[in-house]
Amino acid sequence: MSEKKFDYFIKGEKNKWEVIIGLEVHAQVLSKSKLFSSSSTKFGAEPNTQVSLVDSALPGMLPVINQFCIEQSIKTGLGLKAKINRHSVFDRKNYFYADLPQGYQISQYKNPIVGEGEVILDMPYGTKKIAIERLHLEQDAGKSIHDMDPENTFVDLNRSGIALMEIVSKPDLRSPEEVNAYVKKLRSIMRYLATCDGNMQEGSLRADVNVSVRRVGEKKYGTRCEIKNVNSIKFMQMAIEHEAKRQVKLLEDGKAVDQETRLFDIKKNITKSMRLKEEAHDYRYFPDPDLLPLEIDKSLIDKLKKTLPELPDEKKDRFIKNYNISAYEANILVSEKEISDYYEEVIKHADKKLAANWIMGDLFAVLNRKNLSIKRSPVSAKNLSILINLISSGEISGRIAKEVFEIMIEKNDNPKEIVKSKGLRQQSDPKELEKIITEILTKNKDKVAQYRNGKEKLFGFFVGQVMKSSGGRANPKLVNEILKSKLK
Amino acid sequence: MSDLSNYTLVDLVEGIKNKNFTSEEVTKSFIKNSEVSDKLNTFITKSFDQALVSAKNFDKKSKPNGLLGGIPIAVKDMFCTKDVKTTAGSKILNNFVPTYESTVTNKLWSEGAFLLGKLNCDEFAMGSSNETSFFGNVTNPFGDKIVPGGSSGGSASALAANLTPASIGTDTGGSIRQPASFTGTVGLKPTYGRCSRWGIVAFASSLDQAGPLTKTVEDCALLLQAMSGYDPKDSTSVNIKVNDFSSNLTEKVKDLTIGIPKEYRVENMPTEIDKLWKKGIDFLKDAGVVIKDISLPHTMYALPTYYIVAPAEASSNLARYDGVKYGHRSKGNNLIEMYENTRSEGFGDEVKRRILIGTYVLSSGYYDAYYLKAQKVRKLIKEDFDKAFNNVDAILTPSTPSSAFKMGEKKDDPVSMYLNDIFTVPVNLAGLPAISIPSGYDKNNLPLGLQLIGRPFDEQMILNLSLALQRRMNFKRNIKAWWK
Repeated sequence: MSEKKFDYFIKGEKNKWEVIIGLEVHAQVLSKSKLFSSSSTKFGAEPNTQVSLVDSALPGMLPVINQFCIEQSIKTGLGLKAKINRHSVFDRKNYFYADLPQGYQISQYKNPIVGEGEVILDMPYGTKKIAIERLHLEQDAGKSIHDMDPENTFVDLNRSGIALMEIVSKPDLRSPEEVNAYVKKLRSIMRYLATCDGNMQEGSLRADVNVSVRRVGEKKYGTRCEIKNVNSIKFMQMAIEHEAKRQVKLLEDGKAVDQETRLFDIKKNITKSMRLKEEAHDYRYFPDPDLLPLEIDKSLIDKLKKTLPELPDEKKDRFIKNYNISAYEANILVSEKEISDYYEEVIKHADKKLAANWIMGDLFAVLNRKNLSIKRSPVSAKNLSILINLISSGEISGRIAKEVFEIMIEKNDNPKEIVKSKGLRQQSDPKELEKIITEILTKNKDKVAQYRNGKEKLFGFFVGQVMKSSGGRANPKLVNEILKSKLK
Repeated sequence: MSDLSNYTLVDLVEGIKNKNFTSEEVTKSFIKNSEVSDKLNTFITKSFDQALVSAKNFDKKSKPNGLLGGIPIAVKDMFCTKDVKTTAGSKILNNFVPTYESTVTNKLWSEGAFLLGKLNCDEFAMGSSNETSFFGNVTNPFGDKIVPGGSSGGSASALAANLTPASIGTDTGGSIRQPASFTGTVGLKPTYGRCSRWGIVAFASSLDQAGPLTKTVEDCALLLQAMSGYDPKDSTSVNIKVNDFSSNLTEKVKDLTIGIPKEYRVENMPTEIDKLWKKGIDFLKDAGVVIKDISLPHTMYALPTYYIVAPAEASSNLARYDGVKYGHRSKGNNLIEMYENTRSEGFGDEVKRRILIGTYVLSSGYYDAYYLKAQKVRKLIKEDFDKAFNNVDAILTPSTPSSAFKMGEKKDDPVSMYLNDIFTVPVNLAGLPAISIPSGYDKNNLPLGLQLIGRPFDEQMILNLSLALQRRMNFKRNIKAWWK
């Protein structure tokens, strides 16, 4: 396999610059209730209908940890091959904002629940390991709505108190492409684990993006800027590209990059300063006295370890080893658990290589066109496996199979029935084929002569004519053989 | 019939149970007293009408039950009470009516008691004289212009003046024991985690604990039993069996060992208090107790430690009073202005002072020097007690370094005010149970209390010792109802 070389650099007027990126991903824990209250976390409810006394910070209300969220974050930690900290602490991060009812966010500061781990990326230039620094649990804030009234801001507390996992990477990412691969891989791992649905439209996955640049070859990191709360991979990539270029321009003009927090303006495709380092909040973190430190039993970690599903990396290795498909194919097939499940269902009774081709080719094309997930595929895994077997056994040609597949998309009928009812079975009787071929050669004597005089390109013409006259049903392999012998 | 408001809680419960008198009669006697008590300013909210309805309903029941059947109780206004205004003594909660009931008050009601009213206290329980309340000073029934102590000043005063048969307060640094001492009543701060904090307006979460204020040790045991217990809604409450404090209450304390900490013999302490302490020691000896001198070497650091930890937690706990969701809101041209105006107008000086101190000690660059160091000292203070309890069963100290002082006397000198908590604060830092029992009078005829400190969750031990002391002290609350 020819490996491409990494080539994402910003070319300034004077130098070539490397972009250094670290991500703080906020992943909403998949849980029916909030981190410290029993309110529902369902998306899309009427404003302020999923708010408990605790979520709205009424006097005397106390948080009680949701054990399920703890287990979800341990599982995620295990999925990131990370160290699970048996002792962790919830801290208060103090700041005032209208959608932060307590006046502080309960988070984890010095002692997070999960320590160092890693995520493996498959890039065109090889695999790359991205180090995870930590994962901690925290509460989400509510939502301020500024555009409902000219005078007032409205606050919706449905999100207030929902559990988030903040997953912090080391500054190991070097390009928007790697960020894309990283977020997708992280999302895939969490979806396999069912710990986060990864739904970026609903805000279940967001990220703060840290960007700095340095001249190629330089060892020291430059001053970084943090771009807050970016909620799509595409916007992350755009923001990084823009921010890196902005920093390069500053540095090449002899100016300095200020360490600051910036916001990405989607409409203008630029990042804007939100606050300088000097204006940064002093969050006055301290251990939340309403919550005891979290002590996790080793037996719980062991128990959760046993419930872990096969994760994308392991599955990929198994697919390559057992199914004889390429790393590239395996990578795509394991990218979502549902895809790998579908694939494994198909290959129970069908050729592994053909199945991979069909899923990644025709099926993905249809799903894309119809904007469907594989779970809602119009063609069932069973029917696709029957179709593939019809090809393998020579009953239909690949071309006919595509025709059958088009019909299956609409009706999800058994392909055998379709072939039968439409008379699409492959013409594999040598005598019948010989008859057709003889007829065509007789009709095109001039071309036969030209062919024999060395214009071998005409072979394709003869094949085409045979296929046309057989209504596409002629077995291409046989046609080739017979034609070759007749044209000698 | 004699005046029912003079009865102890235990006698009232018994009397109602035995149908010697009705809950309605009891309730009326306290309401009658309360209606002429305005000079004491103990009530923030009176629930007399509702209390009478509850009393009549109780009397109609064929099978009355519960530890506190038919008893009206007024509680400190730090406890959230469903549909009854709860202010924490602050303007910022002046209009706040909870839709929920605190676990502790709920426990009282489920034992047959009902709410008589909400009692005045220092704003957010921050104070030692009840002079920081938005609703004005509470007066000590022992004398006009005398403070009742704080922060549960309303509770202590109302109890001593026979406006309620018993009361509950909260104790963060002495807020039950000090006013009990100042009013000649019994006040107990349970072990941290014994009573649920759910539904109590928070001051300093790691120190706050609800507890009973009563006329006698027997009443204290009964009320403590009713209000104690594990609550899954409070992660810091402890799942440990609650004793039947009343049935196990005994004067038999022979051969127990009591520690006398030398560090509590502070400079300038009035001789009367020293004498009283000696009297306590003698009475305990008389009961067969072994007395042992002990040392709690880090005692001198308790007050500064407390005044870092408590304001730090308070500064964060009080951030929720921002005018956005409930309570007082002032106008402003933008969010920041609204916050500033709301909190400037809504909080009083002492609360602001503590928010500032707390914010300061948690600030980046100061955290290690103040908050973190205070946490380390707190641990040492707790270890002092742990070591002491290897050799003694309980510790006897004065409750306060002085008797009740005059209103205004310490108002402009916060440090001298804070010094009033010097004997009570270490107990909160260590999370231990402690009780103050009335023990005598000073030269101005103002009551003084002694404090017994116990092992974690061994409230029974200090109750028993208190009972032995109570009988020997034979303390009488000499109060003339001058305020009527």
